[in-house]
Amino acid sequence: MSATRLFALPAILRHSVLLLTSALILVPFAWMVSLSIKPPGEIFRASFSFFPAQFHGAENYTKAITSVPLLHYIGNGLLVCALILALQILVCAPIAYALAKLNFRGRDLLFALVLIGLLLPHQVLSLPLFILCYQLGILNTYAALVFPYIVSPFGVFLFRQFFKSIPDDVVHAARLDGLSELSIVWKIMVPMSLPAILAFSIFSVVGHWNDLFWPLIAVRDGSLMPPPIGIMAFKNAEAGNDYGPLMAASTLVVAPLLIAFLAAQKWFVEGMTTGAVK
Amino acid sequence: MSGIVLRNIRKSFGPTTALHDVSLSIVNGEFLTLLGPSGCGKSTLLRILAGLEVQDAGSVAIGDRVVDGLRPKRRDVAMVFQSYALYPHMTVAENIALPLRMRRLNAWQRAPLVGRWLPGTGMARRAIDMEVGGTAEALGIAHLLDRKPGQLSGGQRQRVALGRAMVRHPAVFLMDEPLSNLDAKLRVHMRAEIKELHRRLGVTFVYVTHDQAEAMTLSDRVVVMLDGEVLQVAQPQKIYSDPDDRRVAEFVGSPKINMFDAIMRERGQVDVAGTALSVPSELTLGTELTVAIRPEAFQLAGHAGPGVLTGLVRMVEHMGSDLFVYLDVAGVEHPVIARLSAERAPEIVTGQTLHVGVRPDHVLLFDREGRRVRLRDGAAAASVTPVREWA
Amino acid sequence: MNARLSLVSRSVGPVTTSRKSMLVSELRSPAQKHARGEALWAWALAGPALILLIVLFLLPVVGVFVMALTDWEFGASSLSFVGLANFREVIFDEVFRASLINTVVYVLIVVPGTVLAGLVIALLIESSDSCRAFYRAIHFLPFMATLTAMAISWEALLHPTVGLVNQTFAALGIPTANWLRDETTALPVLAVIGIWQNLGYAMVLFLAGLKSIPLDLYDAAEVDGADLWIDRLRTVTIPMLGPVLMFIVIVVALKAFETFDTIQILTQGGPGHATEMLLYTLYRESFEYLRMGYGAAVAVVFLVMVVTLTLIQARIMDKRVHYQ
Repeated sequence: MSATRLFALPAILRHSVLLLTSALILVPFAWMVSLSIKPPGEIFRASFSFFPAQFHGAENYTKAITSVPLLHYIGNGLLVCALILALQILVCAPIAYALAKLNFRGRDLLFALVLIGLLLPHQVLSLPLFILCYQLGILNTYAALVFPYIVSPFGVFLFRQFFKSIPDDVVHAARLDGLSELSIVWKIMVPMSLPAILAFSIFSVVGHWNDLFWPLIAVRDGSLMPPPIGIMAFKNAEAGNDYGPLMAASTLVVAPLLIAFLAAQKWFVEGMTTGAVK
Repeated sequence: MSGIVLRNIRKSFGPTTALHDVSLSIVNGEFLTLLGPSGCGKSTLLRILAGLEVQDAGSVAIGDRVVDGLRPKRRDVAMVFQSYALYPHMTVAENIALPLRMRRLNAWQRAPLVGRWLPGTGMARRAIDMEVGGTAEALGIAHLLDRKPGQLSGGQRQRVALGRAMVRHPAVFLMDEPLSNLDAKLRVHMRAEIKELHRRLGVTFVYVTHDQAEAMTLSDRVVVMLDGEVLQVAQPQKIYSDPDDRRVAEFVGSPKINMFDAIMRERGQVDVAGTALSVPSELTLGTELTVAIRPEAFQLAGHAGPGVLTGLVRMVEHMGSDLFVYLDVAGVEHPVIARLSAERAPEIVTGQTLHVGVRPDHVLLFDREGRRVRLRDGAAAASVTPVREWA
Repeated sequence: MNARLSLVSRSVGPVTTSRKSMLVSELRSPAQKHARGEALWAWALAGPALILLIVLFLLPVVGVFVMALTDWEFGASSLSFVGLANFREVIFDEVFRASLINTVVYVLIVVPGTVLAGLVIALLIESSDSCRAFYRAIHFLPFMATLTAMAISWEALLHPTVGLVNQTFAALGIPTANWLRDETTALPVLAVIGIWQNLGYAMVLFLAGLKSIPLDLYDAAEVDGADLWIDRLRTVTIPMLGPVLMFIVIVVALKAFETFDTIQILTQGGPGHATEMLLYTLYRESFEYLRMGYGAAVAVVFLVMVVTLTLIQARIMDKRVHYQ
């Protein structure tokens, strides 16, 4: 049985259209990888082939990680993403539990605050946040990259929705078993919400790994740069003409997420689409 | 004019076979029910009839026309779905009008905006509105025409689904478990309405259900299906009292029919749980049989003896007019269920010993393959008599 | 707080303030004690997040408005209210007007392009079971990839002499251009990249929407006589997809509004101001030229547009719940 009864397209038509669009989608990726293994002479040759006549990949990739501290950028990206995610979960899960399962005056007001946060595009806040970071003296440090993101209204919202779907009886049983509210959050709610945590983690890591806007504002020092801004700096330093190493660097920056995505497609799609309410 | 003939229908979904070689002929104007547990292939058969599914082999004829390869639209059938399948974005009136619009207006006339202004559209639309109104009137939903399905109760939605099927006067009505989403009380009510609808329209109804009460009360004939096969086609009463197959006897009837393994010991006599029952003499000695006795075929007996089962009362269920008594009988694996009249058996308690005689006309015999062993002259089970009278 | 105290005093009757505080713990009923315990826990658990929400969201958004309405400059110790002067400056600024118009044009290209492409691809993928995950993954790739890096690849593709685009076009006899340096092509090219990046996202949302349409409806439509796929598309698919469709339009519009990376890498708003868009203007004026008042005014305009769209989206989500 076909999954939709809308139309039964001849398989060959379906496949040829989808293969064509797939090919178009993949062109920038293919071009990037292709250039990353070509010597300069071949890049500026007027004819096109995916594979180079002379394999220059080793040189390009070596140059990409030696002429700029690319591996250091990637390390920065990993560190910043991990810190942001850990702090987000640490901060968001308890408030989400309070909003989902506890009765107290001011709960609606608190939730309204979360919704307002959810409504605001983060870029709009960049000016005041820049000044705040300046006042705190953390501009141009890792802290500046992490601090504005440690509470995620989206995370609170998502966790609250998920916690609400866990039966109250589970909470009551845990209380009878002598767990404090804090340990209910970490020992009961969070482990029972792993799908939501995972979806949020993917949403968060992908977003911050790829983010260019805030790092551009928050750090100037080359040693602190996460990958997107690092690669931008590389491009500017190379004046945009030495494509081989530049493409090698791009490939290295894009690869980790894409490999992770291909390995866990279902989770990534889910994580990125739950973000649609944000 | 619109009987249905199904010949040697086969259908598989990948490795699983949904229908093995099903043949069936349905009389014009008949109310036929396909009865069976879920997964027996009854819905698949209905969908093949509708043209929603295409059979792997065999042919379907509606009226005098072989309809194989015809789209549902060309088959002159209407269908009511278990979920009702109402279009949630359309009003009740639009839902009911849709089949008429699809048939009477051409593709251009149906087109948004422009269609309204094409010649003939207006008149056709007015005619459709009239008919929709008439149908809604007949079903008592005229006041709901401007609502959307989301605002209706279950029973009202059911009526809209019926209206959508009725409005174009199809030759055949197909219904796929139409009542199973309703609560018990409404179900009984709608059952009566469907029966009345059939009487009024006089066209062929093919009705799919797993509920034997629906099948028994509604149908002219019942088709009992299991594992993609037709086990028996007969009038409801016959399905119950004269099943062709052990599985039919087991599926139909509540509480479930009692089954006993038995062997022909003497000529014309089988041993059932330590008591002797007489059976037709032409069966050869040593034949292995299954003896099936409906719970209501038992009656209280004063003492043990031939043709009387004796057991310990394990449990008693009071059902008002009747009692269901569960007896542990020596040599029988499952408890024997007897349905006794509450008036005649007032004081049965758990743990007591009870003697129940078998009413001879309700004993059914099956061979070890599950096929019915018919008695002399094709007469019903009447010749089985308790041993004490026979001896 | 006050309400709870008044509850207590009601049960205690007229007691002097000093005694009241002493008696509170003794005289509160078990239910009240319990509620108080729960409230204490709630605020303790919510506390860190609450403080951070105020510091990182509430105060900054107030700050933006304050900055937009005053003459405050970075590092200045005093500020005075200037009313709408910053907005007046912004509105009469050619760059901002170009930026606003470009953003709208860009959104008007990207949204229909993305939604239509996403819908068609989703319908094609969903029309059969074979290779479904494969096609889905491929089309979703751009949405996951670091756009900064992919923009560099696009730049190479669009290179006027050695880029694949011009090479292919020249070979096919289609006119070529210096895509990113030509005022007429730069914005449409950025829009194409925007569509390329987002169509997989729209596709995935459409796939989810298509899955949620009950198959019975297609069967009913078929029995009712919708033989042509266009009839089924019109009676079932599109109406059932309606709320999802509106939702996707808004979500993609929001993404398009927030375009920044491709401009920063590929055009810096040029040539001229042909690709100047709101977020880029906001960034450059605020952080490169340090015109805080101007930047804040742009931020407020941007905020109003995004919030409007988001609220429309919330309305639609609400409506979808009431659909069935």
